[in-house]
Amino acid sequence: MAVETRVMNCIMCPMGCELTVTIEDGNVTNVTGNTCPRGPIYAKNEVTAPKRMLTTTVAIEGGALPLLPVVSADVLPKERILDCACYLRGVKVQAPVKTGDVIVENILDLGVNIIASRDMELHEQ
Amino acid sequence: MSQLYDVIIVGGGPAGLSAAYSAWENGAKKIIVIERDRELGGILQQCIHNGFGLHHFKEELTGPGYAHKCIELVKDKLEIETLVDTMVLDVQSNKTVIAVNPEKGLLKLEGKTVILTMGCRERTRGAIRIPGERPAGVFTAGAAQRMVNMEGYLPGHKIVILGSGDIGLIMARRMSLEGCKVQACLEICPFSNGLTRNIVQCLNDYDIPLYLSHTIVAIHGEKRVTGITVAKVDERMTPIPGTEFDIECDTVLLSVGLIPENELSRGLDLDMNPLTNGPVVDQHRETSLDGFFAAGNVVHVHDLVDFVSEEAEIAGKYAALKAQGKLSSDNRTVKVSAIDGVRTCVPQKITMPAQIPADEKIKLFMRVAAPHRKVKLVVKSGDNVLLNRPLPVAKPSEMIAVEIPAAKFNLIGEEISVGLVL
Ligand SMILES: Cc1cc2nc3c(=O)[nH]c(=O)nc-3n(C[C@H](O)[C@H](O)[C@H](O)COP(=O)(O)OP(=O)(O)OC[C@H]3O[C@@H](n4cnc5c(N)ncnc54)[C@H](O)[C@@H]3O)c2cc1C
Ligand code: SF4
Repeated sequence: MAVETRVMNCIMCPMGCELTVTIEDGNVTNVTGNTCPRGPIYAKNEVTAPKRMLTTTVAIEGGALPLLPVVSADVLPKERILDCACYLRGVKVQAPVKTGDVIVENILDLGVNIIASRDMELHEQ
Repeated sequence: MSQLYDVIIVGGGPAGLSAAYSAWENGAKKIIVIERDRELGGILQQCIHNGFGLHHFKEELTGPGYAHKCIELVKDKLEIETLVDTMVLDVQSNKTVIAVNPEKGLLKLEGKTVILTMGCRERTRGAIRIPGERPAGVFTAGAAQRMVNMEGYLPGHKIVILGSGDIGLIMARRMSLEGCKVQACLEICPFSNGLTRNIVQCLNDYDIPLYLSHTIVAIHGEKRVTGITVAKVDERMTPIPGTEFDIECDTVLLSVGLIPENELSRGLDLDMNPLTNGPVVDQHRETSLDGFFAAGNVVHVHDLVDFVSEEAEIAGKYAALKAQGKLSSDNRTVKVSAIDGVRTCVPQKITMPAQIPADEKIKLFMRVAAPHRKVKLVVKSGDNVLLNRPLPVAKPSEMIAVEIPAAKFNLIGEEISVGLVL
């Protein structure tokens, strides 16, 4: 049986806890150093299939600003992040928008929605 | 217009908004938040990435999402007024606040207490002196962040980032997502000044090299930046001859640190701490001037907005109690000193009432001078140990927060020291 320990930093929040991860035959069997339960979940994903949140902007018309910040409703496969960002550069929406509104449903068939991360009211000129 | 407010708050970022909400919760009846921007929320409106709020709101939010939560807390409350597009020009020691608004003109507000929450600003090229030409294409990382995230244009396409502060790291990823090429991140210190998570997810994920102990020795280009010369530095941070190499780029982003925004505090002649660059405060965030409080980045630069809210809630609470005459005036002052590897500690002093109230909390926020592994943080008063906390890692970029247990308050003498034991 192949046992390996890896030290990695949890990136799920700015605490950045240093995790010591025990990997047996490709499976995470033990995690220490985490402050909260999200640490072990991160470690398991990082070892098997790394995932990341995506935050970027899309163009918006009729708002006080030309851009609307958006966030993925869940993590996306790390290797598809740039594809998703590229796709979102071509998206344009219309104000008004509310925090949490779905901007793109099921982006690139990855099963994750892209949602607005702020309100943008209609801006009278 | 002249009215007497319980609490006047200068700055409508997360610190100002959290302070307003907490003042309201603690019985203040007339509160006003004054913000110079066109909307509330402060700098967070341009920090579109996620990772905020896990500790304070128990959910993971983006910067605008966190700002939204803070705004929701104060809106529709009769006791809390908010004024945007209003710049505070002067704060006087009698708690008169002079502000200007394009529609209302010059405003004069009077308060029983004032909370300063003006945030911080970025160090610029002038503050760190880079030799070379002065072509276009050199921006602070925060100015670039505002351009890319709010205004809708890119500062350039081939980017070098000077300084490994968090804003620079976040911008490295942001520019990569916008299709730009980030050539390198250079850091003059032998360690990174940003959060570890940002090294992982903003540099490593995009294969952006981080050069520690390196700096820019020349910027090239006539009208526009065409490249830079980089050199390795020695322990004294002076470039080592013979180690120079060139990197091609059209844009240099400076992420070389933040300084508290303290023009108003200086005007008030508040006692300032030369290391934090902010006013000296006690555990209630009251400054050296009676009835003046301060919280958030104006006191010391935070990396975690959750701590900003926590600190601002303390300021809001005690400003509200002060305005209602509910704070004891029979106090002694205990000095808090940062020693042995701890660079700064806020609060810098503690106000101990003769009768310590049951809800009194003394929480210390510190930064270490250099990175360490497996150290102990020891808080002492004379020979009495108030707290002894093992730290697996301690980094200058990550603020450390500890609370002195209430059971130890009776051991507090004239002074408290916080230091590392290796
Ligand atoms: C460019 C930049 C990026 C940052 N990115 C992050 C990040 O990604 N994550 C993180 O946790 N922290 C980040 N920070 C730190 C961040 O500032 C804090 O987390 C938090 O926003 C600080 O809150 P604050 O209320 O103290 O200051 P701010 O959010 O800066 O709010 C201060 C407010 O006061 C207003 N103001 C100042 N002077 C006056 C005046 N005279 N009259 C009226 N209004 C005034 C300003 O307009 C501003 O809205 C960043 C800081 C900067 C400068
Ligand atoms: S383990 Fe929890 S507290 Fe630690 S970095 Fe991960 S999410 Fe944050």
